[in-house]
Amino acid sequence: MTALAAPPPATAPRQDTVDRVRAGRRRRSRRRRVVVGVLAVLVLLAFVASLALGPTVYTPLEVLRVVLGQDVPGAEFTVGRLRLPRASLALLVGLSFGLAGVTFQTLLRNPLASPDVIGVTEGASAAAAVAIVSFGLSGAGVSVLAVAAGLAVALAIYLLAYRRGRVAGTRLVLIGIGAAYLMQSVVAWQLERATDVEIAGALRWLTGSLNGARWSDAVPVLLTLVVLGTLVLVQDRDLAASRLGDDAASSLGVRVERMRLLTLVAAVGVICVATAACGPIAFLAFLAGPIAARVVGPHGSLLVPASLVGALLTLVADFAGQHAFGTKLPVGVVTGILGAPYLLYLIVRVNRAGGTL
Amino acid sequence: MSTATDAPVPTTTLLRRSRRVRGGALVLLAVVLVLVCAGSIALGSRGVGLADIWAGSTGSTDGFDQAAVAKRVPRTLLAALAGAALAVSGLVMQGITRNPLADPGILGINTGASLAVVVGIAWFGLAAPTSYIWTAILGAGLAATFVWFVGSLGRGGATPLKLTLAGAATAAALTSFVTAVVLPRPDISENVVSWQIGGVGGATDEGLLRLVPFLAVGALVCAVTARGLDLLGLGDELAAGLGVHVTRTRLLAAVGGVVLCGATTAVCGPIAFVGLVVPHVCRLLVGVDHRWLVPFSALGGACVLVAGDVLGRVVLPPGEVDVGIVTAVLGAPVFIAVVRRRRVREL
Repeated sequence: MTALAAPPPATAPRQDTVDRVRAGRRRRSRRRRVVVGVLAVLVLLAFVASLALGPTVYTPLEVLRVVLGQDVPGAEFTVGRLRLPRASLALLVGLSFGLAGVTFQTLLRNPLASPDVIGVTEGASAAAAVAIVSFGLSGAGVSVLAVAAGLAVALAIYLLAYRRGRVAGTRLVLIGIGAAYLMQSVVAWQLERATDVEIAGALRWLTGSLNGARWSDAVPVLLTLVVLGTLVLVQDRDLAASRLGDDAASSLGVRVERMRLLTLVAAVGVICVATAACGPIAFLAFLAGPIAARVVGPHGSLLVPASLVGALLTLVADFAGQHAFGTKLPVGVVTGILGAPYLLYLIVRVNRAGGTL
Repeated sequence: MSTATDAPVPTTTLLRRSRRVRGGALVLLAVVLVLVCAGSIALGSRGVGLADIWAGSTGSTDGFDQAAVAKRVPRTLLAALAGAALAVSGLVMQGITRNPLADPGILGINTGASLAVVVGIAWFGLAAPTSYIWTAILGAGLAATFVWFVGSLGRGGATPLKLTLAGAATAAALTSFVTAVVLPRPDISENVVSWQIGGVGGATDEGLLRLVPFLAVGALVCAVTARGLDLLGLGDELAAGLGVHVTRTRLLAAVGGVVLCGATTAVCGPIAFVGLVVPHVCRLLVGVDHRWLVPFSALGGACVLVAGDVLGRVVLPPGEVDVGIVTAVLGAPVFIAVVRRRRVREL
């Protein structure tokens, strides 16, 4: 592409300009590496902390021995059976929500167009509730139905927002909010039908919860994250190029439509399988991308940082929900209380900047 | 490109301006309401004979059939009152904000009322049913003020997207708070969770009597401000030029709308979309004149909610679907249709 002969510049760029640009690029990439490294360390710390801390406190060494499969009296049950599946699921769904959320926000070029605002996770949650309550399914069947419903909702929103040859972001978001209401009422209906569901179990499908996490919940999330997550990550460069606009991206050699379709479908798959495991954790996908953008800076890809931020948020919010309040709150209640003020802040800030929202 | 070009939506008014035609249509709507109410008393998950229906509606409770019918009477009345109140409340909010997507459910105002009631019960030991209503109105007022404040910050004023987002964010946060307040209290959580879905199943005669004065006051206030709302639709400057006290009209109408939806939420739980759908349909019928829209919306809302309640009772026997779910399933597509109809610039 660069071989196309550009007209030779009238004067070559001055050497100090070249140096300044080069130094800036180097500085940004160093900052990015540092931030990603720090985030990864924080996620690891939060993971270990949620294994070690609780009503009974264990040393990191004991935790490590349990994780390695050695027999530690006492800790074997508490850490190995209770805390380890829960923290692992928190880590995996956090990565999934963060990755899928920032993919949506980048591709649709709108921070509001995250899958939990526009009804995709609510659709998956409704399907999971129907599968469990009405059809008595469990395991892979729930995940498959959740992904199918998430894809159906995403497709329906896209088609409904499509008018006169283009999709307007505002219309897409508003139609998505309508779809989210519809799906939530399906969840409420299913909960009403299920006579034996406890309140705590019901909350999983309304706001998301990690209570009672088992290894069997985490396996499909891990597999999906490995397969589809990789599919999203290899599109990283093209995704970054598409932030410049469709025309610029295609002139850089990106097959925009194919890339967009592939990435969106993969992202829907990632977040819907995660939702089938733990419910639609409120505002998690919506929050991860903007926070990552704030710490990494405006340049480069956000996929990895946003995934890490998602995992960190989930681990910390779940830990806080379990221990910081007098009662055990599900993780979705904590992120809901955190996330809504951020949405309001977004509205206020964009207004003050004079942008149109 | 500015929002000042907010010309009234060019709708084809189905009923021409003749007062006689509209009056006739209003009477027709009232007849429909009576029929729907009769249907609501007659139909249900238990089939009942005509003689028992008559005996049950006149207060007799001999045997299961008559008792079932007798329970349907207050339920039907509550559905009619709640539907009328929510529709008028939605109409007024659409008028105040000049926003086609306004609805007490979508703007998070019903959730504010719920949170206030839940906090009152859990923390302050609220027990008197009338105090629920007062608390709900207070909560609805606070939520409405907050959403309006956030949604109208900055340039362009309260655009539909900003208001809807502010409402959705507020509703999400308040729902989380409701959960956080209720979870440690297993003694009240069962009731609160079923109340949160929104339904008219638990209606009693005493509950109705307590609700009526609040709704009467709210409806009266809304009716008084109808003319002012018409003029507000022309834009604030023009309305002020025509002698409307803009702030006072808006405030008064808001109080009316908040009282209506707060009192209804206290009794039925949050029911969304009635306030969105009914005024839109009425506007298609009679145009933008609020003096006609208020009575049409009231009767239409009553019809819709009673019919929705009947639908919820007969659609999946022997179970019942709460009317809050029925209205959301029917109303969300209308919300999407309204969004699609508008030009992008206006959204």
